[in-house]
Amino acid sequence: MAAQETRVITKFLRDRPDDSWEYSVAREHNHAYAALEKALGMEPAALVEEVQKSGLRGRGGAGFGTGQKWSFLPKDIFPRYLAVNADEGEPATFKDHMLIERDPHQIVEGSIITAYAIQAHHAFIYLRGEFALGAERLQAAVEDAYANGFLGKNILGSGFDLELIVHRGAGCYIAGDETGLLSSLEGERAMPRIKPPFPAVQGLYAAPTIVNNVETMSAVTQIVNNSGEWYAGMGVNKSLGTRIFSVSGNVERPGNYEVELGTTFRELIEGLAGGVKGAKLMKFFIPGGASSPWLLPEHLDEPLDMDRATELGTMLGSGAIMVFDETVDPVLVAWRIAKFFAHESCGKCTPCREGSGWLEKVLYRMANGLGRTEDLDLLLGFGNNLAPGLSWPPGQTTICQLGPSTMSPTVSLNKYWGDEIRARLASDAARRKTLEVASA
Amino acid sequence: MAFTDAERRRAEQLVARYPHSKSAVLPLLHMAQDRDGYVTGEAMEDIAELLGLTPALVLGTCSFYTMFKRAPIGNLVVSVCTNVSCLVNGGPALVDSLRARYADDDDVHVEEVECVAACDLAPVMQVNYEFHGPVTSEAAADVIEQYKSGALTARTISGSPVDAGSKAP
Amino acid sequence: MSVSSVPMSQWPSDHRYTIPVAGDQDVVSITIDDKVVQVPRGELLIKAAQDHGTYIPRFCWHERMKPVGMCRMCLVEVEGMRGLQISCATPVVDGMVVRTTTDNVKSTQDGILEFLLINHPLDCPVCDRGGECPLQDQTLAFGPGESRYVEEKRHFEKPIPISDLVMLDRERCIQCGRCTRFAAEIAGDALIDFGGRGGTTEVITYPDAPFTSYFSGNTVQICPVGALTASAYRFRARPWDLESVETSCQACAVGCRGALESTSNRLVRLLGVDSEPVNHGWLCDKGRYGYEWVHSDTRMRVPGVRRGTELAVTSWPEALDAAAAALRRVRDEHGAGAIGVIGGARGTNEDAYAWARFAKGVLRTDNVDAQLGDGLPAALVLGMPRATIGDLDRARAIVLLGPDLKEELPVLYLRARRAAEELGVPLIDVAARDHGLSRHATTVIRHSPGVIDDAIDSAIAALEPIAGDGPVVVIIGRPSVAEAPDATVRAASRLAGLPGVRFLSALRRGNVHGALDLGLAPGFLPGRVTLDAGRDHVVAAWGGVPDEPGLDTTGILQAAAAGRIKALVLVGCDLLADFPDRTLARDAIAGAERVVCVGTFPDDAAERADVFLPTTVWGEQAGTTTNLEGRVLRLGRKVTAEGQALEGWRIAAELAARLGSEWDLETVEQVQDEIARVAPAFVGVDASLVRRARDGVVLPVADNLAELTFGPDRPAAGVSWEPIRAGAEGGDDGEGAPVAPPQPGVALHVWAGDAPSPPAAPTDSYALRLVVARTLYGNDRVVTASPSLANLSGGEALLLVNRRDRERIGVEDGTRVRVISPRASLDLPLHTDASTPEGVGFLAVNRAGPGAPELIDIAAHVTDVRVETIS
Repeated sequence: MAAQETRVITKFLRDRPDDSWEYSVAREHNHAYAALEKALGMEPAALVEEVQKSGLRGRGGAGFGTGQKWSFLPKDIFPRYLAVNADEGEPATFKDHMLIERDPHQIVEGSIITAYAIQAHHAFIYLRGEFALGAERLQAAVEDAYANGFLGKNILGSGFDLELIVHRGAGCYIAGDETGLLSSLEGERAMPRIKPPFPAVQGLYAAPTIVNNVETMSAVTQIVNNSGEWYAGMGVNKSLGTRIFSVSGNVERPGNYEVELGTTFRELIEGLAGGVKGAKLMKFFIPGGASSPWLLPEHLDEPLDMDRATELGTMLGSGAIMVFDETVDPVLVAWRIAKFFAHESCGKCTPCREGSGWLEKVLYRMANGLGRTEDLDLLLGFGNNLAPGLSWPPGQTTICQLGPSTMSPTVSLNKYWGDEIRARLASDAARRKTLEVASA
Repeated sequence: MAFTDAERRRAEQLVARYPHSKSAVLPLLHMAQDRDGYVTGEAMEDIAELLGLTPALVLGTCSFYTMFKRAPIGNLVVSVCTNVSCLVNGGPALVDSLRARYADDDDVHVEEVECVAACDLAPVMQVNYEFHGPVTSEAAADVIEQYKSGALTARTISGSPVDAGSKAP
Repeated sequence: MSVSSVPMSQWPSDHRYTIPVAGDQDVVSITIDDKVVQVPRGELLIKAAQDHGTYIPRFCWHERMKPVGMCRMCLVEVEGMRGLQISCATPVVDGMVVRTTTDNVKSTQDGILEFLLINHPLDCPVCDRGGECPLQDQTLAFGPGESRYVEEKRHFEKPIPISDLVMLDRERCIQCGRCTRFAAEIAGDALIDFGGRGGTTEVITYPDAPFTSYFSGNTVQICPVGALTASAYRFRARPWDLESVETSCQACAVGCRGALESTSNRLVRLLGVDSEPVNHGWLCDKGRYGYEWVHSDTRMRVPGVRRGTELAVTSWPEALDAAAAALRRVRDEHGAGAIGVIGGARGTNEDAYAWARFAKGVLRTDNVDAQLGDGLPAALVLGMPRATIGDLDRARAIVLLGPDLKEELPVLYLRARRAAEELGVPLIDVAARDHGLSRHATTVIRHSPGVIDDAIDSAIAALEPIAGDGPVVVIIGRPSVAEAPDATVRAASRLAGLPGVRFLSALRRGNVHGALDLGLAPGFLPGRVTLDAGRDHVVAAWGGVPDEPGLDTTGILQAAAAGRIKALVLVGCDLLADFPDRTLARDAIAGAERVVCVGTFPDDAAERADVFLPTTVWGEQAGTTTNLEGRVLRLGRKVTAEGQALEGWRIAAELAARLGSEWDLETVEQVQDEIARVAPAFVGVDASLVRRARDGVVLPVADNLAELTFGPDRPAAGVSWEPIRAGAEGGDDGEGAPVAPPQPGVALHVWAGDAPSPPAAPTDSYALRLVVARTLYGNDRVVTASPSLANLSGGEALLLVNRRDRERIGVEDGTRVRVISPRASLDLPLHTDASTPEGVGFLAVNRAGPGAPELIDIAAHVTDVRVETIS
């Protein structure tokens, strides 16, 4: 279980925990904006190619090739926009939070490089509303960038202009969805939109738009600083480079760990995060945020490889790993996740709006001794209309992924403890019957 | 209350940052909430007028986002996470105890919230969006009392001023 | 004068995302449920399927709005695409293979229905929608039978009024967003939106800002459940007890197609019918709820004759004899020129023809006018090159010279708004003040009322760089009755010289175009021919026509006031309410020796009448009406008139008989056939064609064959699950268009483009120049006699001025001020209005009590007023 971090985008913030966000410190000790100077000396197309070469895949959750996404922009249609997704909201994910508060310049620099690569003259960082300190530091970083000629007109004499706006959200998970974010940025209810048209074709203000995650932007900075080839030299298979994983739950050392992809869950959870807290056994873990199907201790030696996760019927998603010990009732966890989705459903699509609430109500009863024998099968029954096939990646009857994601916990309950839970529901029902008879 | 002339100028500056004015709805709602402690009806009407929208559209947007309060809630918003990582680390007990403790305190609004992206601090609490964690019920209450006494201060009730003393456009 | 332009590059506020749609010729082949069909490339799959007989269930999608993909009911299988696709947002591509009825599709649609029903109350027995509810229909057809949902349903207070006309039941709402999208996208009145989110999403209004859109009733019609209901219709009837007939609305001159419904001989509802060339299924609320006045107790339903100061009830023979005797005596003693016939713009075409024949063929007077001093010269309207409403969509540019369309011709406003906003047609707005369409204009040109030459120079300059093949559609009407029509005519004259210019009339009154077309105008005979050109042709049918052109309404009233005209025949008009110069109207009625009133209400003129002859009205009579395009549209008869009212054409025929002219007309079809024979512009438009043409006939038919479509009645748009209603498929009833369209045998009148030179009107810098126009709701009979609308009629007139003028006058908002014109002095409240520029004052004309008509002198070129504070 020899485990170690490979700190690429977190090296600086780890090295200078007390002042890494300050402009002068970042300039002096982290060569901040050196990558930008380099990038401005390149052709935009060459930058796109360099990022494609790195094999970088989006770090927000979907894992789509970053350079490939950029290449989908229709030729010769302007203006174009860049929207940086800093609306971190997937439960148990807290990596962007750290990057924003502790290395905002790396994000701003990556955003400017990306805007240059895609030839956007307006960029927005959509920041989660609840990040008060993050807003202050990110805004300060943007102002420093303006003050030092990295933003505004004719950046570093290159002729490239860019306005970058920090835009705060106001409490809503679905604004983290690509098109939900764009709706919100337009001042509307953050409802995801039907695709096509995809944002790269008609996004913000109906113009071609690229939406990239904060960690992705940070990685872009380092890829330009080094090279695409260098980045692609880390990782495994088609999961290249490093990623930050947020480990939390019942572990000794919850926190963010940047590791090379291909590292195993065991190295991460038991090695870096210190394993299950308090000498207990692990019951299960969730590998990629609340949306992802669950895994068992038997999966601990699997690698952190996005495509391998798909083969296992789950995903690495946002890189949030939640660990639960043997005392935790998985039905309770499933209910809490269902409650989250019901609270965060935007209400646009019928299956999600109605189904997420139904799911929450039934799971609440199940977790609290009020289940009916048929409840688990009822959930799987109507759930099949939310996540057709009840497998991963799921089918979809909704516009965005929130709908099918609501079913991940229930499908996992059935997969690992189906018989056990049915027996428990039957016994709960029988016990209530007895109580009814006794009180009659 | 309605925008003062100075606030209107600041609002217009905010609007001017965006290629399309409607994008300024959220920043303006934050600005209004920072000023009044919640989003007043007058503020929504002012925003609608400024942006050429109907008040119904501003209300529709405002009511979608949980950070915007449309009635007075006191000076301190205490957000306690009970999502899974906090669930298994005492979040529900924390929210229950704080709710009980501040039930009669009009100045402290305790609310159960979804994951605030600080699970390494579980169970985590925010006071006016400043993070505190991990906290026991007693430690949490102590933090809140420090805010009440002024020993601790938060940026604004809505988290952070929209342009945080901006030098930028 | 001022000119301002909106840069075309600015992202329009309501602009949404577009689904690519290709040209008409671009056809692809797709397979739907094993049937190969040809459809336009880029057409949405749901529409393509529907057009070829495959109905894919849906709740949120509406043909006239952009897809949102919310309800998820229309999921289908598309070969080669992973999972099911929403057919409402999937454009067809060549070779696409689609399956709409597989087990997977069916079970998923069942699942969607189950989700929709878990929070939907089972109160169908007390729901207005019960029996015509898409959710109910689809549940019956496909539903799972019983619910697996045992939890508590969502609860809201129900129902709550969201306006005077609309009630909202949030428990029934299935969050399809049709209403909110209609309000924002189609009407441009985003007074409702969704509030909250997820499972507690609800339709909201802003507190104290009710859903006062003029188009609110459309949301009730397109709501797929009973969440939105109309106060006027709630609990009045059950759908299965309703009888329905397709008709045209006559509340204004757009002629919206509708389904008029009744039960137990009472009209209970008018629903919009989707007519592509006219109204796209929409109605305004005044049209939708205005049927109520038909049953008003204030109507006069029996004939009357004057006995002393009383109008006494009498029999038809006695009343007709009295009227005929009075008219004969005046004619015999003073000549036909001593008789004036005013009105006829609110009845049917058949009525108008009959009154024209009575006045011109029997009485032989040409002092005949359907317009009431608030219109445009008949020579212009009848002879200008005409555009259709559909031309707005194809236009190179639209020039607005008319009144505020939102207030006067609401559904034309929707069509023009769509052309500008959605189709990107440049809109050049020439007016004295801002109005409903101004915010959609690409060029805004403001001029002082009555002074238009420089503004037209600017409009021509704005038109010049706009390229394209389509016509330039000039919407022309009377922007203000406080000024003479001269400036507008002059503007038309200058624009008419430009290439591709066509005019769309914005005259408002229900059948004013039919009345003018059928000869109720001085100097004209039925069928758009002048007295001279049509003389021989019409004399052959009628036996005689007047020798010389006569007077228009203003001339008739001036002559009556001066004692030269002795008898007035008023046909469905209330001069004291309708004529802009009330002093002249009052003097004329007082000056006439005999007044014969053919009408509906005991209004002021009827009370002065020597004889009152009650007519049937819209809904009680069959026939045709002509809209502002010159489109002859069928009117449906749905109820039998209570009392003794007769159709106008029968009254005219009876009077003619008493004056020695037997017409031999027994049925409305016979009148239609006679019109087709006698009126040159109507050649070919006989009873047979009228019956078959579902979207009417644009005159003259020979020039407008492309506008002809045939088919039976259609169901109201959006009501019920469409295929269940008979006739939804439409189609030909077997008879095609005439092979060789008949040509008029007489040359139709062509406007010579002559225009007066309006006198230079110096402005007094301390005065305000008035704009006086109508608002949709006012003290009109349709409003005040319809209980649902009566509350909206508004109070007294308010003088609206620019903030700077208010400050100059030195009063607070709402203060009463003294408004002094050369005619009169009135005390009215003054209010600030951002739409009104400096130097201009606006007054609504249709207000109760003394107001604009007291201030206006119809003989003056413009109306200037001084405003003084009242000490």
